[in-house]
Amino acid sequence: MKSLEDLKRIRDAAQRKVTMRGKNDFTRILVGMATCGISAGARPVMNKIVEEIAEKDLQNVTVTPVGCIGECAIEPIVEVLEGEKRTTYCRVDVDVAERIINEHIIGGKVVEDNLIGKYRL
Amino acid sequence: MNELSLHILDICQNSIQANATLIEILIDEQPASNRFSITIRDNGHGMDEKTLSEVADPFYTTRTTRKVGMGVSLFKMAAEQAGGSFTITSKPNQGTQVVATFAHDHLDRAPLGAIEDTLLILILNEAGIDIRYEHVVNDRTYVFDTRDVKQILNGIPLTDSDVIMWVKNNITEGITSIHKEESL
Ligand SMILES: Nc1ncnc2c1ncn2[C@@H]1O[C@H](COP(=O)(O)OP(=O)(O)OP(=O)(O)O)[C@@H](O)[C@H]1O
Ligand code: FES
Ligand SMILES: [Mg+2]
Repeated sequence: MKSLEDLKRIRDAAQRKVTMRGKNDFTRILVGMATCGISAGARPVMNKIVEEIAEKDLQNVTVTPVGCIGECAIEPIVEVLEGEKRTTYCRVDVDVAERIINEHIIGGKVVEDNLIGKYRL
Repeated sequence: MNELSLHILDICQNSIQANATLIEILIDEQPASNRFSITIRDNGHGMDEKTLSEVADPFYTTRTTRKVGMGVSLFKMAAEQAGGSFTITSKPNQGTQVVATFAHDHLDRAPLGAIEDTLLILILNEAGIDIRYEHVVNDRTYVFDTRDVKQILNGIPLTDSDVIMWVKNNITEGITSIHKEESL
């Protein structure tokens, strides 16, 4: 069993790195988690993003479940917030989630195929 | 939704929407007496009697973005089609409790599924709502409580990647261990 001792080690290591982080250059990723989103597959999408952030040790990137984004028909929806900039993706599956991390978050290039503008007329 | 853990994730979204500060989830698996039950309790703003009487109606919602509210009625259907029952009780300003029971061996009872994935998402909720998870199998119990974890973390956020991965492993291993046969 992953012990509390492990958790304490993680805490101590995190305490050391906290001071090195800038506060203002955060990227937030939001995943729509209303009934429609969950039914369309938002849970594996969000878990994939959590794993990618951890595996690739992406600093200053967080992922948060949110309620309704108002676009039931084209869920799962993922939004990337970088400062003032908001990019909304729809019909995201696990593969697209991985592309968002690799191409957008790491590579700085938007994943055109799933931009919401392509779906909403 | 083909896993009960997906329904749990969905029902808990109602609790989050209701401004709960604590959500308690209890899974009780009793194969010997053919029972499987799920209880979800929150301390959110609750519902008055009129709302409560309409909540299981798929056409009832307080959402403004669409005209149907599916979450509760889908969970109710999942229980009723698996030889079980469904009750929801609520008091304004006190909270809400949802209890779904199932016949453990019923062919139409969906599996619990990836409950660790559900819990991970719940734990990452934006408002920092505390989550207590208790899972009983026969006479073995696993408990996970974000309040215990937060106490150890001493200000380090639950959203830290290493913390999240620790949490996920802890839950997965904990649930596996209560399902293991008693070793001799
Ligand atoms: N835990 C709760 N606390 C307070 N009110 C609740 C709770 N659960 C449900 N409700 C009320 O019952 C309504 C119906 O809930 P239900 O989950 O069926 O649909 P919804 O949340 O409106 O939409 P959907 O679940 O389809 O995204 C909600 O809109 C809300 O007003
Ligand atoms: S309820 Fe479907 S996106 Fe809001
Ligand atoms: Mg709901």
